[in-house]
Amino acid sequence: MTFDSEYFNLGYLDTLSYKDTFVHRLDPRVKLFVSFIFILFVVSFPKYELSGLMPFFIYPVFLLTAGDIPLKAIVKKVLFVSPFAIFIGIFNPLIDTNVIIKLFGVPVTGGWVSFFSIIVKFILTVSTALLLIAVTSFPGICEALERLKLPKIFVVQLLFLYRYLFVLFEETLRMVRAREARSFGKKGKEMKTFIRLVSVLLIKSVERAERIYQAMLSRGFRGEIKVLKIHSLRLQDVLFAIFSVIIFYAFRNFDIVSLIGETLRSFFR
Amino acid sequence: MHMSDALLSPTVGGALWAGTIGTIVYCARKLKEKMDEKMIPLMGVLGAFIFAGQMINFTIPGTGSSGHIGGGMLLAILLGPYSAFLVIASVLMVQALFFADGGLLALGANIWNLGIYPCFIAYPLIYRTIVRQKISPRRITIATILSVVIGLQLGALSVVLETKMSGITELPLSTFLLLMQPIHLAIGLIEGFATAGIVIYVRTLRPDIVEDLEGVKALSSSGSLKKVLVVMAVLAVITGSAFSWFASTYPDGLEWSIEKIYGKPEISEKENPIKKSLSKLQEKTAVLPDYSFPSKGEEEAKPSWPAVDPGTSFAGFIGGIMVLVLIFIFGIGIKYIRKHKEKT
Repeated sequence: MTFDSEYFNLGYLDTLSYKDTFVHRLDPRVKLFVSFIFILFVVSFPKYELSGLMPFFIYPVFLLTAGDIPLKAIVKKVLFVSPFAIFIGIFNPLIDTNVIIKLFGVPVTGGWVSFFSIIVKFILTVSTALLLIAVTSFPGICEALERLKLPKIFVVQLLFLYRYLFVLFEETLRMVRAREARSFGKKGKEMKTFIRLVSVLLIKSVERAERIYQAMLSRGFRGEIKVLKIHSLRLQDVLFAIFSVIIFYAFRNFDIVSLIGETLRSFFR
Repeated sequence: MHMSDALLSPTVGGALWAGTIGTIVYCARKLKEKMDEKMIPLMGVLGAFIFAGQMINFTIPGTGSSGHIGGGMLLAILLGPYSAFLVIASVLMVQALFFADGGLLALGANIWNLGIYPCFIAYPLIYRTIVRQKISPRRITIATILSVVIGLQLGALSVVLETKMSGITELPLSTFLLLMQPIHLAIGLIEGFATAGIVIYVRTLRPDIVEDLEGVKALSSSGSLKKVLVVMAVLAVITGSAFSWFASTYPDGLEWSIEKIYGKPEISEKENPIKKSLSKLQEKTAVLPDYSFPSKGEEEAKPSWPAVDPGTSFAGFIGGIMVLVLIFIFGIGIKYIRKHKEKT
């Protein structure tokens, strides 16, 4: 069942984010900024670009290796992800049948090129999002959002959401197990049972929120929540940001791939 | 129907992010005006509830496959539009980061598609209008199903338009719509039915929760919704046009690559070295490729991709593989350095 594995994975990414490496120590704002710029550069490529995207693999590979993140964890998640992009992209080869390149005598249509371009963009952006959380931690992201001047209410309830995610997951896990233990085969999954199960979970959640609020009040809550600030912008953060953006910029605007390819070709002649 | 980074152009993704952030700030401001402190933990826990609730699956009637609810409309009914929008945004953010649903750029589009329509169109215009006069289980059922369906249809329509505007897919608009809308009609009906059931059942078990929440909601949603819609529309138009203008002042990505292939820009630029170097500079700063609605005429002009010199593309192929090998070595190098460091 996917439930247990999903739950496990969420906790697993959380565990990874407590490692202590160079990328983990970087300011979350910097990582958020660089990752966002990275994605903008990647998606800015026109739809028939394929080879120009290849140098961009350097960023996820850097996060993966420097952050000491197991490759398997990321690959599994990328494969698991709901492939809406692939579903839409697969129509390109069917519709766009203009031959644009011949590779080793095999004609390649524009549709296939744009399809693989979508796939490569998909892998790059999705793995970067996963790696970002694996090397930053969710509270770290929240800290960055708060410091980037997003509304405090938003950030605070986001922190609440994350904190109680694991609690409610365990609660739900017990409920689902109880349902499965009491039902046979496909039984127990009818709409009626479902509605009652979710409703009970909802009421339990609301009651929990009430208790949390009372606990907050008894600990002196007066409507003001302070978000923990651990990180500060250091020289290495600034250098990392500048260096990364320069590299992305160079990869986007100078055709390094063709250059290497041409050099190799002339070398073999 | 999560939007994906790979299907978006920077312009469309950026414009939707701008609209989304604007709405988040607006909602937060609205909530601050008449803030009930109790709402903060409630919002967070209900956000977590949406996740947990999605783990409980049910058999979709008549198909045998199983599904789960999205929960956007449920939040709007329980919390009111402003809080619900923030919670939906948070849920999608966690999904984007931990489940890699969509990606970071597409997150703006996803919050827009799944948040704006249920919170600011379906809920105030459909749900509230039907339920306002008299609250009864039948009215709640009709109102909920209708608003979930309309909200999802608008969301699906937005996904189609955003993908089309980004110009990545070859799918014709009509086929794309035929692919998306009916599926989401079915999803909407099931989701609406389940949501209505939950609202009614919770009302019978703990009427005070629903009443209580409705009281809070009445407070927080007393502002004029028309104003919100107008502000959002203006915001969307401004950001959209600003981005498009920005995009169109830079040379087209396609033009740029044609130029690269033929090695020569337009002839007139040869005569003017300053203009030439200026346009060179402009080319180098082209992060955002040109952007425009894919009109019929353009569509016809575009597919005739220039016959590429096979040598050049072969070089691209080999170069691409070489670069991947280099990055692989780079990765192994970093791993090696890390291990070495740990030993010392």
